Amino acid sequence: MSIPPQTPEALKPLSEWPLWEVFVRSKQGLEHKHCGSLHASDADHALRLARDVYTRRQEGVSIWVVPSSAITASEPNDKAEFFDPSGDKIYRHPTFYAIPDDVGHM
Amino acid sequence: MSTAANTLAPLAYVLQLADTTLVLGQRNAEWCGHGPALEEDIALANNSLDLIGQARLLYSLAARQAGPQASEDSLAYWRGPEAFRNYTLVELPHHGPMAPSARQDRDFATTMVRNFLFSNLMVGVWAQLEHSPDQQLAAIAAKAIKETRYHLRHAHDWVVRMGDGTDTSHARAQAALDHLMPYTQEFWRPSAAEQSAMDAGIGLDLDTLQAPWQQQVDATLAQAQLKASPSSGFVSGGKNGIHSEHLSYLLGDMQSLARAHPQAVW
Repeated sequence: MSIPPQTPEALKPLSEWPLWEVFVRSKQGLEHKHCGSLHASDADHALRLARDVYTRRQEGVSIWVVPSSAITASEPNDKAEFFDPSGDKIYRHPTFYAIPDDVGHM
Repeated sequence: MSTAANTLAPLAYVLQLADTTLVLGQRNAEWCGHGPALEEDIALANNSLDLIGQARLLYSLAARQAGPQASEDSLAYWRGPEAFRNYTLVELPHHGPMAPSARQDRDFATTMVRNFLFSNLMVGVWAQLEHSPDQQLAAIAAKAIKETRYHLRHAHDWVVRMGDGTDTSHARAQAALDHLMPYTQEFWRPSAAEQSAMDAGIGLDLDTLQAPWQQQVDATLAQAQLKASPSSGFVSGGKNGIHSEHLSYLLGDMQSLARAHPQAVW
């Protein structure tokens, strides 16, 4: 049996696994929440590692993984025009009526 | 003649299962902090904790049969290698054979091929024992089979990835398979403990385990583009108490703390 030596090229892919964002649903009826990211070689691998890294304390019933590169994020520099205009519009918060007791999670 | 209600797994067989899961749990824990990637490091630690958890339940079950002096800890820490009944496969180091006194780094392919061959066996064993008339053993099997199915999936994925990967990963996976495959012969030759378990009717049936095990091996190797490796030659005998030289070092590591501080509590 002959095993080719470990060249830097052979080791390279390991450090270049793409990044994935992990979303976990903690129980039925709730939404998936972003809980972190990890490196994995493909989607199946990412799902398996997400199970091991993020649900080992029974945190979830469902996992989504999304390539980080597929996410388009807002720019910190745009914060003023994106978010500040809603700061003084308290009428957009539905705080003017009571939520009936029968309405569960909201 | 025992009735279904009081059929208990023979102590020697429970110990065989306990020793096997503990030794592989300890072996795989050697990767802790040294995994090839952070995420795989955690995955392997989870795998070890599953196996050690199974061992704890099995030792507790054995201790109840072994008498008032026995406990989970006494069975794990105060028996020497000659008393252990684990398969030789699970005590081997994470690399192939080499000259005495040589040193070699852990080989991830060896770890994953071993986990694949072993968890593939245990999925079958736990599936049988899940329906054991020994209620406590059946409950342990029901818990263990879920963990073991995951171990099999994890190891299968890696065998395929490495076999169907780069030239290096393919060569390492093939070398690991060639090295480990002969040790699987031990699975199918009943030990005295297994024979007594089968005679007692606790649900174990070695004869029907091999065909589905082989089917899974063939399927995985085909997907991984690895060559089937002959399982022939020397038949190891760990489950009969005839071990390789590696077990005593592993136990030396594992048992040293409990033996140096017998009353220590943590």
